[in-house]
Amino acid sequence: MKNQKCKGMQDLLPNDMSRFRHIEDTFRDCCRNWGYQEVRTPTLEYLHLFTATGTLTPKMLSKVYSFLDWDGWSGERVVLRPDGTIPIARLYIDNLGREELARLFYVTNIFTFEGTGKQNRERWQCGAEFFGASRFTADIEVILLAEDVIRKLGIGNDKLQLSHAGLVRALLQEFKLSPAEEARMIDRILEGDWEALAKSGPADPESRRLMAALLNLKGKTSGFLRNVRASFPKTSPDFKSALEDFLAVTTLLDKFGCSYEIDIAAMHGFEYYTGACFQFTAGGEKIGGGGRYDRLVPLMSGGNIAACGFALYMDSMTPLLRPRKEENAKCRILVKGKGVTPEIAERCFALAASIRDAGYPAEIDFTDREESCFRWVIIISGSKRSRFTLKDCVQNRRRDSASVAEILRVVSKG
Amino acid sequence: MKDCQNGNIKFALPKGRFLSPTASLLDEIGLVFQGYSAKAKQYRVHSTRFPGLAAKILQEKDIPIQVAVGNYDLGICGADWIEEYLVKYPTGTLLKVACLNYGEGDIHVAASARGRITSLNEVSIKRSDCRIVSEYPNLSEVFALDLRMKRFRIFPVWGAAEAYPPEDADLAVLWGRSGAHIAAQGLISLEKLLPVSAFLVANRESLENKDLSHILMCFDSRLGAGPRIRVRNESARSGGSKGGIPSWRAKEINLALPDGHQQGPAARFLQRAGLTLQGYSEQLLRRRPSADLDWLGIKVIRPQDMPLQVANGNFDLAITGEDWLQEHLCRFPSSPVKKLFALGFGAVKIVAAVSQDMPADSIDDLRLLVQSGRLAPPKVASEYINIADRYLCDNRINPYRLIPTWGASEAFLPEDADMLIDNTQTGKTLKQHKLKALDVLFQSSACLIANKNSLASSRKKEKIKVVTHKLRAGLS
Repeated sequence: MKNQKCKGMQDLLPNDMSRFRHIEDTFRDCCRNWGYQEVRTPTLEYLHLFTATGTLTPKMLSKVYSFLDWDGWSGERVVLRPDGTIPIARLYIDNLGREELARLFYVTNIFTFEGTGKQNRERWQCGAEFFGASRFTADIEVILLAEDVIRKLGIGNDKLQLSHAGLVRALLQEFKLSPAEEARMIDRILEGDWEALAKSGPADPESRRLMAALLNLKGKTSGFLRNVRASFPKTSPDFKSALEDFLAVTTLLDKFGCSYEIDIAAMHGFEYYTGACFQFTAGGEKIGGGGRYDRLVPLMSGGNIAACGFALYMDSMTPLLRPRKEENAKCRILVKGKGVTPEIAERCFALAASIRDAGYPAEIDFTDREESCFRWVIIISGSKRSRFTLKDCVQNRRRDSASVAEILRVVSKG
Repeated sequence: MKDCQNGNIKFALPKGRFLSPTASLLDEIGLVFQGYSAKAKQYRVHSTRFPGLAAKILQEKDIPIQVAVGNYDLGICGADWIEEYLVKYPTGTLLKVACLNYGEGDIHVAASARGRITSLNEVSIKRSDCRIVSEYPNLSEVFALDLRMKRFRIFPVWGAAEAYPPEDADLAVLWGRSGAHIAAQGLISLEKLLPVSAFLVANRESLENKDLSHILMCFDSRLGAGPRIRVRNESARSGGSKGGIPSWRAKEINLALPDGHQQGPAARFLQRAGLTLQGYSEQLLRRRPSADLDWLGIKVIRPQDMPLQVANGNFDLAITGEDWLQEHLCRFPSSPVKKLFALGFGAVKIVAAVSQDMPADSIDDLRLLVQSGRLAPPKVASEYINIADRYLCDNRINPYRLIPTWGASEAFLPEDADMLIDNTQTGKTLKQHKLKALDVLFQSSACLIANKNSLASSRKKEKIKVVTHKLRAGLS
């Protein structure tokens, strides 16, 4: 039969959903333990939320699903949510802006066009955002929360890479570009084109040395950053301030024994980052990322609110999880009717209801299909007076039971 | 050579602005198509040199999509329509083979010479909405995104984009021969987006799987010639001449009148109704004619664009066709546009038609053909894409493919489409092209439409009544 699924879209089958829910449940538990509250935003948002400088780059915007709604004669376009953070910032501004601090988390899908149709155009992510968090301690909080989730999911060999958007922006200032050129250069850097920065290097040798050092930054301790600071005593105040902030984050991470790699080039994708930013990789895949975005809420006319957050990419994490055993496999019960007479059907449904009321899942079947995946099979074959046949599929034994109570007693003993 | 001999190769040739230079080029390189000239009366022409090479004359706007979907192996059209397609569908199957080095003008971003915008910097820092009107909505969107406009709205129009700024749009993205040409329309060019040269384009699969070498070799002298480079930030401002352009003041009531085929009948109707206009008659077209009612502002735009413009409140009243109103309402069912009354001219039928060879005499027959698998998902060509979409859904034709066209849908049947949904006055054109109507969707004629909010406005309703009363007089 011809595949009728839309290109770039994916179906999640029972096994996929089991792992999906495992990620979701683990993430929710962790977030709640850290004091975060769950929110959900609509699938459709206005395009203009994402178009201003400081939100999404033109290249990312060229891949959004945007269209005119049924009442879109005014030309106002809507989009299928292309990013998780910006809608949450909008939600915060619209509803929670008066609260000094807000710790929010979400599980959501985002939509981005991908040309070949071989990769997902709908992706799932779980994210947490901390609004009103202006200090480096908040950066540490979201990094540790993300690490907590990854650890509890049992994803091994994950790697944390740190960068700092403030350092990159301060370096760009040395280039003395016009605002438009600087915006275009940031776009290229965010799209991973660091060569562009190297090619249009500044004229003075000190800035050139600084740029080379920054692009090659691959240290693993805050001490490394301290040495960088000592090597460049004449940097701009903005650069110094960003470096101090980065040092504060890495020093605290060192104290927690959190291993990381400093890689300035690891910052790409989102223009809204302004401070420390990070990404997690595992098995060669990027499984999450986040950072500080102090300008986003002000840009969206939400007041001078600092914020930071992260998202974990569920599609990338799912293949890294160990296969999960069916949760209810231990007590799966099948109520099987031998024949499909009204009496047998009535007895099957009534028995299944009693089993469910007692807290066990029960399926009903009237076919001859294989029963091996069940722990118990209860066979109903005759009139009201006839007894139930209880089959223990693990012990491979059969016994006749007189009543529902007797069945439940046996089942409860396992 | 095999494909050229066997009739396997199809070429899309442009109508309109590039027809004469393209015919000259083809003549020059020895690739003559019999009948391809300014006087062409048929859509299908054949190569005199390669018996297997057939061509069709199409609207230039249709050529990129027709080549991209594989209906044609090669085509020639302007860079503006190619880029308009490619910026939206960059991973498609349309490839630019060579710039043919003819064509003129550029696509400009322009603002009104009388408006407040004099540079793009002002646009990029503007915090409020920027309204952009254009025949090139995709190029306009890329421009707005590149400029990092915070908030913008794009109004796609079928033409006459120059008529909109400053009242009904902040910027127009439009073709202009030069800065002076733009200025003569009362605009100033803020940036040139793209030089408009003719290009040879090809379908990617055709290049991979067909032998096009003998045809491409004819273009040998042109292949490899680079396109003119995109110019950014090169202001083409030329002073924004204000001479010769009628002044426009904000008026209490704004009326849109049609250009094109409906201009003559509309002008006669208005004359009958006793509405005296300066600059709008059968022969004369000014984009901003004046009326003897000093509170009535008038602009001449495409009838296709009027319902949307009335919905947005740019106009209170407009004379358009019921077909275009219906097309708008199919797209925006709750739009605040209302038909006031029919004007009794421009009567056409909107029909669904197929080739006379198709074994179907009704839409029910067509559905059975599709359901039985005897007809692959039908390709339906129409300039009324929303009406067509609704009609096909309502009639349970499933699945189907819609091919948007810019008029002359009959040219697409039977090779490039299975059905058209288009207007016909007498049915003569259908017969000429060996087509038959399966169904009449509805009858359409010119009508007066209004913005519902304007009709309810205490400030406007009395004056609207004056205009409608006058126009009703024209009905008799």
